[in-house]
Amino acid sequence: MAILEVKNIEKHFGSTQVLRNVSFSMEEGNALAIIGSSGSGKTTLLRCLNFLETPDSGSIAVKGEMLYDASRGASQNERELRKKRLHFGMVFQSFHLFPQYTALENVMLAEQLLAKERPDYKQNKKAILDEIHAHGEALLKKMGLEQRENHYPHQLSGGQQQRVAIARALALKPDILCFDEPTSALDPELTGEVLKVIRGLADQKTTMIIVTHEMAFARDVADEIIFMDDGYIVEQGKARDVIEHPQEERTRQFLSRYTNG
Amino acid sequence: MFVQVTMELLRGMGTMFQIFILTLIFSLPLGLVLALGTMSKFKPLSYLIQILVWIIRGTPLMLQLIIIFYGPGMWLGHNIWGGNEAGRITATVVAFTINYACYFSVIFRGGIEGIPAGQREAGQVLGMTRSQIFFKITLLQMVKRVVPPMSNEIITLVKDTSLARIIAAQELTQRGYSFMKSAGLVWPLFYTGLFYLIFVGVLTLLFNYFEKRLDYFR
Repeated sequence: MAILEVKNIEKHFGSTQVLRNVSFSMEEGNALAIIGSSGSGKTTLLRCLNFLETPDSGSIAVKGEMLYDASRGASQNERELRKKRLHFGMVFQSFHLFPQYTALENVMLAEQLLAKERPDYKQNKKAILDEIHAHGEALLKKMGLEQRENHYPHQLSGGQQQRVAIARALALKPDILCFDEPTSALDPELTGEVLKVIRGLADQKTTMIIVTHEMAFARDVADEIIFMDDGYIVEQGKARDVIEHPQEERTRQFLSRYTNG
Repeated sequence: MFVQVTMELLRGMGTMFQIFILTLIFSLPLGLVLALGTMSKFKPLSYLIQILVWIIRGTPLMLQLIIIFYGPGMWLGHNIWGGNEAGRITATVVAFTINYACYFSVIFRGGIEGIPAGQREAGQVLGMTRSQIFFKITLLQMVKRVVPPMSNEIITLVKDTSLARIIAAQELTQRGYSFMKSAGLVWPLFYTGLFYLIFVGVLTLLFNYFEKRLDYFR
């Protein structure tokens, strides 16, 4: 069964339509890359999955559970919305780390807040917090940042900040981890270290959706690629096929700019 | 004479400090509530607060103080503040609280709106509630942003306490002035100024300390 099923998503901002009848599904453990020029709707699609935007129509289901169905009328109270969001993790283009917390605190914060809602929190407070602390440290270690635990975001390079952001998104063990152009705010030198981390996650069969402009990376790391243009999914297929043998004229045009560039 | 003037001015300083600290205690939270109100999606509330802020910022604090102290007596037929010193100080604190809450609300709003939307969104995708986002993410970043403009307003408040003499509260300026009237002495006025200077000096050090304390993040 598909881990994610998106059907007929439409989204307007005022009179401009940014998503047109977008449907796709993906399997657990796969990495899906979404490519396309700026303004093609890639980021809006990710934001719809994370409920930062509400689709005008269509539906989103994760592991067979219907999270959003526009036709059923969206009574989105905060409690339900929060639960739904936890199916997804999000890594932003410009990191959005919380500046007043250290790297480790950034990673632990959401888990600590959620733990307070556990019925056994009061009795086992110490054990629960110790566990969260160990989990946070392990995640930063995985990102190669064990030496940077107590640094504040402004003391870290862009690549380090983005790796903290990835650890933060992983902390709540989302079903699907979304990346919104994770390296676009980084200079080429720092891009590599972030891509390496994402590649590592792919090797461990983390289910991921990656919006990216790094074509070679998409080809090598993603299982499937979606090419979007003007709000439509123009082409979708095995990563290597889409990059090396695109079927649609529009995809060829788009890719030629990268290979000739 | 010097000792007598000093004692008198110290008493005035006490009154000044009372007005100052009580106004801060009430107007800071009220200002934050007004700021959140202006940013509310419920438009009538937002407009209502904006009109209030316009009226309060658009008229002299001295006029507001006179209306609040004498108004109830004229309309209701009895002075709700009572005729004693405590009543005058209470009326002053009420007038100052309303006035300063309005100014503070504008500063708070600027501080909150200056925080990138991505901060809130990062909290949302991590499953935080609105209040968790406000208290754990937004609040401290806002405080850091508002310390410099806030220090300006708070220093102005120190000197605005001298307006309370218009309703005959025995605050610092009034007491210094009384020696000119009763004994024809001018030097107590300069001495009074020194009291304000020292107090503002201490405040300035305090604000610098706060800014330093919040310097650990950007």
